[in-house]
Amino acid sequence: MVSSVGSRATSAAGRRTGYLARALRSVGFGILIGLCIAVLRPQRVWTTLIYSVCIALVCWFFIDMGRNLVAGWVNPRNERPGWPGWRWMIAVVIVGSSLGFLGGTQLGDLLTGERTPILTGNEDLRHVFADLLFVVLPATIITYFFNARSVIADREAAAQAAQRQAAESRLRLLEAQLEPHMFFNTLANLHVLIGVDPPRAQAMLDQLIAFLRATLSGSRATEHPLRAEFSRIRDYLSLMQVRMEDRLRAHFDLPDALADVLVPPLLLQPLVENSIKHGLEPSVQGGRIEIEARQEGTTLILRVRDTGVGLGQGVENGTSFGLQQVRERLATLYGSCASLSLNAAADADGGTLAVIRMPIPAPLK
Amino acid sequence: MSATGLIAEDEPLLAASLKATLARLWPQLQIVATATHGAAAVEGALASRPDVVFLDIRMPGLSGLEVAEALAEDWPGDVPLPLIVFVTAYDQYALRAFEHAAVDYVLKPVEPERLALTCRRLQAALAARNRTTTELPGELIAALSALRSAAASAAAAPTSGAPAAVEPRLRVLQASLGATIHMVPVAAVLYFAAADKYIKVVTASREYLIRMPLRQLLQQLDPEEFWQVHRATVVRADAIATAVRDDTGKVDLTLKGHPAKLVVSRLYAHLFKAM
Repeated sequence: MVSSVGSRATSAAGRRTGYLARALRSVGFGILIGLCIAVLRPQRVWTTLIYSVCIALVCWFFIDMGRNLVAGWVNPRNERPGWPGWRWMIAVVIVGSSLGFLGGTQLGDLLTGERTPILTGNEDLRHVFADLLFVVLPATIITYFFNARSVIADREAAAQAAQRQAAESRLRLLEAQLEPHMFFNTLANLHVLIGVDPPRAQAMLDQLIAFLRATLSGSRATEHPLRAEFSRIRDYLSLMQVRMEDRLRAHFDLPDALADVLVPPLLLQPLVENSIKHGLEPSVQGGRIEIEARQEGTTLILRVRDTGVGLGQGVENGTSFGLQQVRERLATLYGSCASLSLNAAADADGGTLAVIRMPIPAPLK
Repeated sequence: MSATGLIAEDEPLLAASLKATLARLWPQLQIVATATHGAAAVEGALASRPDVVFLDIRMPGLSGLEVAEALAEDWPGDVPLPLIVFVTAYDQYALRAFEHAAVDYVLKPVEPERLALTCRRLQAALAARNRTTTELPGELIAALSALRSAAASAAAAPTSGAPAAVEPRLRVLQASLGATIHMVPVAAVLYFAAADKYIKVVTASREYLIRMPLRQLLQQLDPEEFWQVHRATVVRADAIATAVRDDTGKVDLTLKGHPAKLVVSRLYAHLFKAM
């Protein structure tokens, strides 16, 4: 990992290897530039190379450290830590490479035992400027190169993080829909039925297949008729009835006039699952669940009611994810025109009542 | 080896199937009782005193874990506690706890080979069991307390991956007495005693009733401040005056500024040791 300049989540170790890698690359560039000069001026190739590498290394030192210092000073809360922005960076490169030119030449003198005229002040100024240009220009290009790599690495990291988040949320949604506890218990029942009552096992398997198909395709389709929604819920509740037997009684009420109204697929599913999981399953005597659709003017009202243990009495209060999901879908599709409420049922049977209100979409004619 | 057993499972098909498989694998095991919910399991086990109990973890009423705790607390001293096997379809928190504890479990759908292994283990444990000791096995206490904390953290983070909802600490309880709501500061509470669907809230001067499961209340109390000493009793640690252990190993608590005597169950007796 070379270009750790500015990447958001670099560890201290990552930063150290970043510096080292850039230093080594700078040495590489030094050799390259030295060879270019040697081609133009083929005397004293080794001396040229030594000076070139020394200048490149010292330039790197001043520019890289300067970048970090200036970035921390001008903008400590920058989106890209360690990158002060190009305007500051040009100043850093000019100052850093000038210092690098002087320092590197000094270092070269030390290594070769020679005395370069610029350090004694006897050099022609035009030569100094020409040499300096030979340093500043490559330094700018190399800084640009390092920065571009770092920008690309940052973008890749951000894209990967976004992808990971999307995958995680899809997985969470799927896990919530295919609640593992329900799933394995259903399979356990199926396992038993295959042995003792094959026709009933087949019927149960058909319901499971329909439920799985609906769940897996539910995230793709954008809407389906209310009739289909009710039939998916019937499949789910039939599966639950195998498990709970007479502890679960289901009642559906879908007026013919509303059967073809289009709704987001599996909108009611989380509410029905909550009623089972937090209302009826924890209840010793069980109870009934009622799912009904009504129309009030242009508003569609969907009610899911159970006679279970009621709010706040369930085994765990994990209802929030399913409810949040329903609320988010309603908000995305209908904005403030739709709502979901969850309350204790008002009559003597107790339990919980969830009500969705949403506009009836114009009929497709 | 002949033995008696109890099956607690709320799903009738699964209960029947477990019974049938057990009959095939261990013909001398006589299932003397079946229960479809937690409270019935406790009642049935206390009445029929089986050697082995198979407890589904998720049952209506009391969970399998709570049944095990109730059995450990209420089991008569002259009979050895039954061996416990937990049955679960998918309770990851419990599986993790089981791996570290000396408690056996089987997964649904039940694989006959796996159940056969469990039966062999149970037979070995029954044969080795010393019929004279009624001391609660240390590993069961450890296992139950590990399960209890695993279940609590699983309840706090219901959907895996979702951020754990940390219950805020409760400061004031709202107890209704007739048409009046009494505001009872938690700081004034000496102890809580659960009874049926209610919790009795006891302060130095009076008592109130609130309608709430004890496990839900526990999540909202500071565990340093309030200690659970029985499955139905939670007491303010500062309010305890003395803990007296009698000849049978039973521990009774007396309180400062209140005449009540509280019983510490065998599961929590280890909390009271001299420093």
